[in-house]
Amino acid sequence: MSDTALDQLGTTEAPVVMSPRVPGEVATLTRGLASPAPLRREGPGKLTGEAQYTDDLVFPGAWYGATIRSTQAHARLLGLELDPNFDWSKVVVMTAADIPGENIVSSIQDDMPALADGEIRHHSEPIALVVAPDKATLREAKRRIKPHTEPLPAVFDPLDSTQQFAAYEITHGDPEAAFRDASLIVQGEYRVGHQEQLYIENQAMIAEPRPDGGITITGSLQCPYYVHSALKRALALSDTQAVITQAETGGAFGGKEEYPSVLAIHAALLAQRIGKPVRMIYDRHEDIASTTKRHPAVIRYRSGVSADGRLIAQDVEVVMDAGAYCTLSPVVLSRGVLHAGGPYECPNVHIAGRTMATNTPPNGAFRGFGAPQVGFAHELQVARIADELDVSPAELRRRWAYREGGTTPTGQVLHESVAADEVLDRATREADYEGVREVSRQTRAIRWRQAAEAGSGFNSTRLRNASGIGIAMGWHGAGFTGRGEINMASVASLELGDDGIIRILAANTEMGQGTNTVLPMIVADVLGVESSAVEMAPIDTSIVPNSGPTVASRTVMVVGGLLSKAAARLRETVEARSGGDFADVYRTDARRHGATRVDEQFQSATEVEFDEATHTGDAYPAFGWACAVAVVDVDLDSGEVRVRSVVSADDAGHVIHPLLAEGQVEGGTLQAVGYGTIEEIKMQDGRYLNDRLATYLIPTSMDAPRITAILVEKPFSGTPNGAKGLGELPMNVAAPAVVDAIHDAVGVWVTELPATAERVLRALEDGA
Amino acid sequence: MTAVREGRTAGSGATYRFTLNGEPREVSVPGMRRLLDVLREDLGLTGTKEGCGEGECGACSVILDGMVVDSCLVPICQVDGSDVRTVEGLSDAETAALNPLQTAFLEHGGAQCGICTPGMLMAAQVYLDDGGDADEDHVREAIAGNLCRCTGYTKIIDAIEAAVLARDAGSSSQSSGGRPSSDESSGGKAARDDTP
Amino acid sequence: MNTEPPVVSPATLSEAYSIMASGGYRPLAGGTDLMVQLEADIAEPPTAVLDLWRLDKLRRVSTDGYDVSIGALTTFAEVRRSPVISARLPALAEAAATIGAAQIQNRATIGGNVCNASPAGDSLPVLLAVDATFDLGSVEGVRTVPAREFWTGYRQTVLRPDELLVQIRFPVDRSRRTRYRKVGTRAAQAISKVVLALSYRDDAGTWRDVRVALGSVAATTVRARQTEAILEGERPVASIAAAAAAALAVELSPIDDVRSTAEYRRSVSARVLHRLLREEGGW
Repeated sequence: MSDTALDQLGTTEAPVVMSPRVPGEVATLTRGLASPAPLRREGPGKLTGEAQYTDDLVFPGAWYGATIRSTQAHARLLGLELDPNFDWSKVVVMTAADIPGENIVSSIQDDMPALADGEIRHHSEPIALVVAPDKATLREAKRRIKPHTEPLPAVFDPLDSTQQFAAYEITHGDPEAAFRDASLIVQGEYRVGHQEQLYIENQAMIAEPRPDGGITITGSLQCPYYVHSALKRALALSDTQAVITQAETGGAFGGKEEYPSVLAIHAALLAQRIGKPVRMIYDRHEDIASTTKRHPAVIRYRSGVSADGRLIAQDVEVVMDAGAYCTLSPVVLSRGVLHAGGPYECPNVHIAGRTMATNTPPNGAFRGFGAPQVGFAHELQVARIADELDVSPAELRRRWAYREGGTTPTGQVLHESVAADEVLDRATREADYEGVREVSRQTRAIRWRQAAEAGSGFNSTRLRNASGIGIAMGWHGAGFTGRGEINMASVASLELGDDGIIRILAANTEMGQGTNTVLPMIVADVLGVESSAVEMAPIDTSIVPNSGPTVASRTVMVVGGLLSKAAARLRETVEARSGGDFADVYRTDARRHGATRVDEQFQSATEVEFDEATHTGDAYPAFGWACAVAVVDVDLDSGEVRVRSVVSADDAGHVIHPLLAEGQVEGGTLQAVGYGTIEEIKMQDGRYLNDRLATYLIPTSMDAPRITAILVEKPFSGTPNGAKGLGELPMNVAAPAVVDAIHDAVGVWVTELPATAERVLRALEDGA
Repeated sequence: MTAVREGRTAGSGATYRFTLNGEPREVSVPGMRRLLDVLREDLGLTGTKEGCGEGECGACSVILDGMVVDSCLVPICQVDGSDVRTVEGLSDAETAALNPLQTAFLEHGGAQCGICTPGMLMAAQVYLDDGGDADEDHVREAIAGNLCRCTGYTKIIDAIEAAVLARDAGSSSQSSGGRPSSDESSGGKAARDDTP
Repeated sequence: MNTEPPVVSPATLSEAYSIMASGGYRPLAGGTDLMVQLEADIAEPPTAVLDLWRLDKLRRVSTDGYDVSIGALTTFAEVRRSPVISARLPALAEAAATIGAAQIQNRATIGGNVCNASPAGDSLPVLLAVDATFDLGSVEGVRTVPAREFWTGYRQTVLRPDELLVQIRFPVDRSRRTRYRKVGTRAAQAISKVVLALSYRDDAGTWRDVRVALGSVAATTVRARQTEAILEGERPVASIAAAAAAALAVELSPIDDVRSTAEYRRSVSARVLHRLLREEGGW
């Protein structure tokens, strides 16, 4: 769940013009330079090489830490064999027995140990740590430690697993009765594989002992307070003894939501033991082999359509592979289940989901967080139904999509901020979807016949490539599910220092999406000052309050909302006691009255009725809406798919910084294109075979389609700034649009992601 | 910026001399040490990033004798006598002002998380220096060795195209640029290598 | 890399031969393979490295009208922009363009590609298809080995521990045409799933000395002899193309691995060959 909604840059610029927030109004934004919005605040540092990422930081006297990992998927851990021909006095080795606190990486369940103790549950599981004064000694020591194990039977297929981490079921209306009334029933089974976040900066953490017996962590991370909680438990530290600070972070996308807790514990254990700073910087191989991925899933659908073409029944089963430990899998599953109905009104829906344990590395958060998996499945369903009905896929979606007043499977009434129509219209218009599709339709019979001929033997047709156009829609619940924000009760603060500096205190991290630029814009807008007048306090848990994790596209909506309110209060206070406009008087106010700090705690604008157990009620405060149109070429000889263009229209509620917001849509779209086409992990005995950058391939600039981002604004009244979040939304739509386009090109459905050349060619051959 | 990193034993290397961002440098390190490690650890220039260590991501790209290379694949022994440019050498040495390419990246949103940015800039800078045009496919090929996971490349391409246009606008107004044209520099080489 | 092996950088080829003769040296050209192996701890590091990079004499492309000679240290960037290659063997320039991206093409050498002996070496099928020969030098002199005898197994060659590949040659033959196609996972920076070169001499429409060479379908780059036999002395008409493609699918025994499947490799090899035959036949 990478955060999002942000995407802005900012530095030192002219006053920011915020677009108007009239309910129901859809603003039009155009591409262009950042001006008049501020430039990315930390941009110059990143462009000159001055920005300090974790591995760039110098800690005098630091040692180097490494992790000894299992080479089996399931085994009893009997001990470690240390090569007697090595001088072990030069290094320190630690195992589970050496953990001063609880051997737990704190998350939803307490099932994941920081170091395996007695039982190994997945390949690459950490079983011991070693630390050395230099890299050469470390490397040598690492080679001379061998775990002593006894193999146990392993489960690799979630459908074979008997251990369930969570299950949810939603029933809305009477699906079985409705299926009896349906004139068309379409069934399908869809599969999606692992996806690696592939932030370009690997996981990295440095731990430094504190004089108070605690540890200061400096690292690449999304959620400092998650790391804070985990570190306290594992090392038995007090609140103040654990201090978490963030270095410049080179991408995350959800991949630095959970795993940094593991790595911080490891580095801290070693640092505490040797009394020196310890660097733990993963190389790419270790990062891919051992950190969380997007959950693979098997998703089955049955959809019923009435004689007059209405969607009247859906029955959905979602099975997600959690991997060996629970991590955030129940929440990922929950979001998957809550989105499985798709952005379509349907009176009778049954959705059942479960997430199962396997002896594979744990899966976790990744931009979209359960929604891209079901998004692929529900969009393929709709595409296949449109094909059966012989209606335009866009038209069918227009007919079925939610409008304001619609009711979701959880019984949530969508009172406002529904932009399904707008995103559909804007994307189809920009891509000339119906025009291209009509041309495509006219030549379709010939093209499909040629594709079938090509599939039946050698491609003797004149056609080398067949092109097609595809469409998909999606929705994304903004922020945490249900009462999540209420329970979290985040606090964000704003301070007018006695030095006259306005400072934001929040734990929300910059990892490329633009937090540093956008939050000051939001505050400056309320205060009536330039955004350059507003500073961001450093991300350091001893300084900033817990404003919640930087996940779930919540930063602009929730934290931005808190800061808007805090800014309004600060402005009122200052103007009341100093007279005049805030911008004119705040400096003198600060001199006269000293520092003023405003803490703002989250309170829901409305009563949220959501029942976790039954998954009924208001699942999300609001939804974002998206539509993608993709054009592809399919090579009839090789099955290779080249995605030529993607138009993605995404409704963020309210856009703070158009250039940064476009960047979110473009980046999310390419990740989705990779998910849809080439990003694949093959498994062997519970190990990822694609565990290097030479084998796990993401799109290069030559593979990337031309991406057109269209920002749609359908404001949400429940937040001060009208924003709903944006970062995850584009991730839900481009992959099914690409697969729909493949069908348009060659007439076959690929029901498993990624739609690799192997799968496309096989589908062509099977279809022929 | 120039502090030497901790934890690196100097080893019994030979002495290697090269030009780094216009300044003569000399290091005494093992000859097989990666140029990347020499830059980051021995010389303290951490602008050049490591993303994979196997020549796949391009995050460690630097300009070596006018060509973009992955510094994780170049041993320092092969750099002796050469000219190396890194991201630290792009902005104006006196004023620290961003160069036109960096400025274009900032204005067009070409950097998000920033970790691929130094390498991306070096690939793009070579393209600009070699007279590359604003054709989108050419730009895409020029940066195909540099993976970016944030941007979808769109705004990076926008930025490079803008920098090409700015370069061309600048060079038409002031006829003699500082660098030799690509035809001159590669022409000599072709004549030497190819004797049909 | 933390424990760097010692390295020697000779200035002359004869010096390099002497060092190789002393034993225990692993030659280093552009480093795009060896540096990865060292960093990744893939194999035992060599005890010592011989750096060839300064041997500029090995970095040239030339022709005497009979043969084209390519120095072993010629990079793929140099192959791509060489007028001689463009005129005499454009398929090799095409292959060079598919290797990595600029960073790799600027360092990776054709000699390195040959000596690494990876079955996925992108330039190798072209060299095999044009019956290239490799000049292997040592203190004892130079011997010439044809490409078809050079690769003996997975990453194994006939090179002796004291020998260096110094030059690659292939005959100039104006009647010969060579086609190339790589199928990879993505458009750049991709290791091939299948790479295929087709070469023939056009004898007034009839094909002579036909060679079909493939990479990534066996432990080494291979020739498809049975397929060649079907094409030999024929014209690229539909029936011949179908027979040749079918024969190729039978003749190959590719494997499943991290990059692709045996089934796909077999199928796509035949299809790519068929496409090239169709294009050559103009139908």
